[in-house]
Amino acid sequence: MPNKHTPWNVERALALIAEQCGREGPLLPLLHAFQEEFGYIDEAAVPLIAQALNISRAEVHGVVTFYHDFRRRPAGRHVLKLCRAEACQAAGGDAIAARAVERLGLAMGATAADGTVTLEPVYCLGLCATAPSAMLDGRLIGRLDEARLDALLREAQT
Amino acid sequence: MKLRVFIPRDAGAVAVGADDVAAAVAATARARSIEVDLVRTGSRGLYWLEPMVEVATAAGRVAYGPVMAADAAGLLEAALIDSTHPLRLGLVDDIPWLKRQTRLTFARCGVIDPRSLEDYRVHGGCRGIERAVALGAAATVEELVQSGLRGRGGAGFPTGIKWRTVAQTAAPQKYIVCNADEGDSGTFADRMIMAGDPFALIEGMAIAGFATGASKGYVYIRSEYPHAIAAMTAACSAARRGGLLGRGVAGSAHDFDIEVRVGAGAYVCGEETSLLESIEGKRGVVRAKPPLPAHRGLFGKPTVINNVLSLATAPVILEKGAGFYQHFGVGKSRGTMPIQLAGNVKHGGLFETAFGVTLGELVDDIGAGTLTGRPVRAVQVGGPLGAYFPRALFDTPFDYEAFAARDGLIGHGGIVVFDDSVDMAKQARFAMEFCAIESCGKCTPCRIGSTRGVETIDRIMRGENRAANLDVLADLCNTMKFGSLCALGGFTPYPVMSALTHFPDDFGAPAKHLQVAE
Repeated sequence: MPNKHTPWNVERALALIAEQCGREGPLLPLLHAFQEEFGYIDEAAVPLIAQALNISRAEVHGVVTFYHDFRRRPAGRHVLKLCRAEACQAAGGDAIAARAVERLGLAMGATAADGTVTLEPVYCLGLCATAPSAMLDGRLIGRLDEARLDALLREAQT
Repeated sequence: MKLRVFIPRDAGAVAVGADDVAAAVAATARARSIEVDLVRTGSRGLYWLEPMVEVATAAGRVAYGPVMAADAAGLLEAALIDSTHPLRLGLVDDIPWLKRQTRLTFARCGVIDPRSLEDYRVHGGCRGIERAVALGAAATVEELVQSGLRGRGGAGFPTGIKWRTVAQTAAPQKYIVCNADEGDSGTFADRMIMAGDPFALIEGMAIAGFATGASKGYVYIRSEYPHAIAAMTAACSAARRGGLLGRGVAGSAHDFDIEVRVGAGAYVCGEETSLLESIEGKRGVVRAKPPLPAHRGLFGKPTVINNVLSLATAPVILEKGAGFYQHFGVGKSRGTMPIQLAGNVKHGGLFETAFGVTLGELVDDIGAGTLTGRPVRAVQVGGPLGAYFPRALFDTPFDYEAFAARDGLIGHGGIVVFDDSVDMAKQARFAMEFCAIESCGKCTPCRIGSTRGVETIDRIMRGENRAANLDVLADLCNTMKFGSLCALGGFTPYPVMSALTHFPDDFGAPAKHLQVAE
């Protein structure tokens, strides 16, 4: 299933802040909630969160930019993550990744100009005994070979 | 008679089609009016046979695998008349790969329904906490100390000592934090236990809470594990309904509850102090120690922070006693270790066994060599920060001290197998590159050293001033090893230097050889 997200809006953002604010250490759960709702962390979210949690904007910015998961702009409709860690490297993952880069015409971490797909590296999905592995929009795929990858790429480009 | 069919919901099985198989079995059963009770279990850990389907019979559970969706109809027919089927593996308990194991931590994984507390109890669950409550808090801590259990996350620090320190630190609020940020490539034991036997982890945390006087627990799970997050969340709800969590845990006067927290893709958050920072809502920057988390941990309060496997092993230790557990193993490595065979390996999966088995036995015998059929050239033990071992060191017993004596580490118990097509200079470069990507940036040897390491290895690979650059690399590794604040910068030299020491040819022939050739 391709990703569907709400366009950024302040009202919804404030509602999410109200939902998460009561927890101990609310910042990470809150950023996850934002990303799930909007698909990324809008720049306008930073001062809203800073004010609600009584911390500086710099602190919020620091956290958003520290973690690989948090996006600062929307991803493609599909997100294809290829595992690039050692177990997948040992099982032919380098060739799989090179093929994906070539077929999609995208560098790792880039989004297609038409917004269909974002290609990303991931450092271990924990599927190391059925390597190489990938994740397409939250769906896990193990024992990747060229045919399976090509099928995934076709799906990701729709 | 109703047919009981077991199909894993484990992420590793789902990644190779277990959900499709489950759907096909359910559809076939409906179409042919066969009454089927479909149970989604964890995985037994024989990943080359996944999706592995089990069917209950009078003689015991019979396994079939690897099963594809198209096999569903034939499999159900075979199961009903108990005739032969090409994918039939026989009784699960008789499969040699399982029979050779000593499953203490993983005894129930793949067996029970991970969403049913009742099923957990039927299979011996909750006996650990019941005995702990009967013993009392202080005796429970001593039981853990006596068991010899060491941190299964990789550092190998005695778990009981951490518990004792927190128990002896007076504070109105204490925490139990479970480190489920299993980021090491080649490891998946935490993921398996959370999907397959989450109540063991919950019970272990509840025991830790009771023993140390902590009332709140956090499980910090990496975001790359959505299935484990779902499984743990569901299990915590079931545990609350069933009295394993909440007020008066297991009939005691102690209250304990658990909250699931999700990481955000930072490898360094597997380091305990950076994990605590992350839960607090900060950048995952490593803290200097002391103070120890046991004195001032999460939100400045005394905190037990243990790996998933350490906590999930506490119930069996409490149930059967410290003596039972520490009877397994060798030297200072007591008990069993869930070892994970991964990468280019024929029989990949989870193999729990007492410490002391040799690396060669694990790779050649249990793992059956490479999947590609080519010779094994190197194995990396202990994740991205673990050393690469050549065949010459395959007599090393799996034991914390034995690996340390050979400049390696067992870490979280992952073994990644490489065949003879591997370029070890490339692997060394990747170790430095990974450290550069994941460094939290707090200390200079890690932050700058890793980037300089990549550049230096590039020069060596290009043949620029090779002898001098090899000296620079060794010196850099030395600085990182002794000058870094945590294991990320401190252990990255292990894969780099082991690759260089054991596979010098891959870095270009040594200078003297070049002179001879000329």
